[in-house]
Amino acid sequence: MMAHKKIMRTIGINIFAWVLSIILITPLILILINSLKTKGEASLMNLSLPQEIQLSNFTTVIEKGKLDTAFLNSLIYSVFSVVLCTLTSSMAAYVLSRNRSKANRIIYFIIVLGITMPINFIALMKIMQILQIVNTRIGIILLYAAIQTPFNVFLIYSFVGKIPRDIDEAAIIDGCSPLRLFFSIVFPLLKPVLVTVMVLTFLNTWNEYVLPLYYLSKTDYWPMTEAVYNFFGMYFRDWNLICADIVLTSLPVIIVYLLGQKYIVSGMTAGAVKG
Amino acid sequence: MKARRIYPTYFLIGSLLLYGVLYLLPGIAGIGLSFTDWSQFSDKINFLGFDHMFDNYIKAFAGDEKYSGYLTNTLLFTFVTTIVKNVLGLALAVLLTKRIKLLNFHRAVMYIPAVLSALIVGLIFRSVLNPADGILNAFLSKLGIEGPQWLGDPDLAIWSVMAVDTWKGMGYIMTIFIAGIMSISPTYYEASDIDGAGAWQKFKSITLPMLMPTLTVTTVLNVIYGLRVFDIVYALTNGGPGYATEVLYTGIYKEYGYGRYAMGSTLSSIMLVFMILVGFFLIRLMNRNEVEE
Repeated sequence: MMAHKKIMRTIGINIFAWVLSIILITPLILILINSLKTKGEASLMNLSLPQEIQLSNFTTVIEKGKLDTAFLNSLIYSVFSVVLCTLTSSMAAYVLSRNRSKANRIIYFIIVLGITMPINFIALMKIMQILQIVNTRIGIILLYAAIQTPFNVFLIYSFVGKIPRDIDEAAIIDGCSPLRLFFSIVFPLLKPVLVTVMVLTFLNTWNEYVLPLYYLSKTDYWPMTEAVYNFFGMYFRDWNLICADIVLTSLPVIIVYLLGQKYIVSGMTAGAVKG
Repeated sequence: MKARRIYPTYFLIGSLLLYGVLYLLPGIAGIGLSFTDWSQFSDKINFLGFDHMFDNYIKAFAGDEKYSGYLTNTLLFTFVTTIVKNVLGLALAVLLTKRIKLLNFHRAVMYIPAVLSALIVGLIFRSVLNPADGILNAFLSKLGIEGPQWLGDPDLAIWSVMAVDTWKGMGYIMTIFIAGIMSISPTYYEASDIDGAGAWQKFKSITLPMLMPTLTVTTVLNVIYGLRVFDIVYALTNGGPGYATEVLYTGIYKEYGYGRYAMGSTLSSIMLVFMILVGFFLIRLMNRNEVEE
């Protein structure tokens, strides 16, 4: 009797999980299906399968929505901000964690405060104008690196604490310079947290939308998000094309997610759960 | 000092320049700018004078109903999404730490909305919630219910936006709760099995109390996110209809668009002060976790 009840409950839970998963994923399936339909079919926006698969939607979107340039832009912004931010954040986090002098503690505190601090976009515009980096690729890359510095420093800082100090001292006694000590000895040891930082920075930059909205008015510099929103404004009746555009924009993110799932989860839960 | 030689201060330069100039400085300068008349139409930025120093702030809180509406919408959004995401995230986490086949598949499905761009999610739900041919109203009409104007009705729109945001965000909260549940020692559950405790009793007396630290953190994360929300509102309603869904950050963007820079800076600064308080709280929490480690 008890065993019977237990089996029923297990089946019930499994069914419940499936129902939830299906409800939650339906909007995404909807987009995928409609990206393969004709304009007429897609205007109904339902879950019926396409009469004939319209792969031409994708080529149309790439052409009309200038997605090739946008893809390249997104890639440039993501890759460069990942490299820049990972490098600067890891160097800073390492020194801040190792040398906890009073000044360094204050610096760490101020940097980490940035995790919650909102950006004043309007004042930032003024500063970017003074630096003459509005509407430039380099400007947007610097911004992406800047806004992700607080969280990245925070993540790496707590990881550095787990690497034994003896290594540093041994290397210095052997005549290692601080730079060499960091890059050839400590840096490789930070690999797990650095992968997390890189994956998260990449995803955030790829998905980000606000900074280009303020600081990139040149269409040639637009990343994918900007291009997709603009496309939506122009072709708001062609849901098949909009869906195709959404699929193409989200595909890299989902691929990176599936590849880096382990690292994303560990990064996102870091600090949230002790132990 | 030996430490300074091994761990030289110049390692900090990159981060300090990036963060200091492009993040911290605008925040501080913005407070200064909020006491001025800066706008697109003025050649010079003038200080408002000591008598009128706080004029922009008075306008934000009391003078113009529009601005206080941004504040209340932001707070409502933050309050509701924080609670709902916590409750649903916790429920999903409890469900997905049970013995279920294809557990990782279910977890991945529920997490995927969290990795998508908020802008994209907004566009997806512009379709789903379309009153005429959206899939939700089509489904409701099959049940004989006439679906409402989800995003067009001024009373309903903000709730629709919050629902979409919950769809996107609860997977992330769930993931944190899953990590929290997994770190609870199984011996507690084994002991309660011997005592013959039911599922609800186990949840109430073991899971929930043990998850308190996690719950505090997810709450803080939700609050930070809610106060700073922009993309999803911008993509779904752009603050409309009227100002029904306007939150602080979309409001700031509009002020910027109209060239009212000082006012935009004022709204930003109000948020800054608010968020720094939240930040202090968060850092205290994180430090406590580190000490306990």
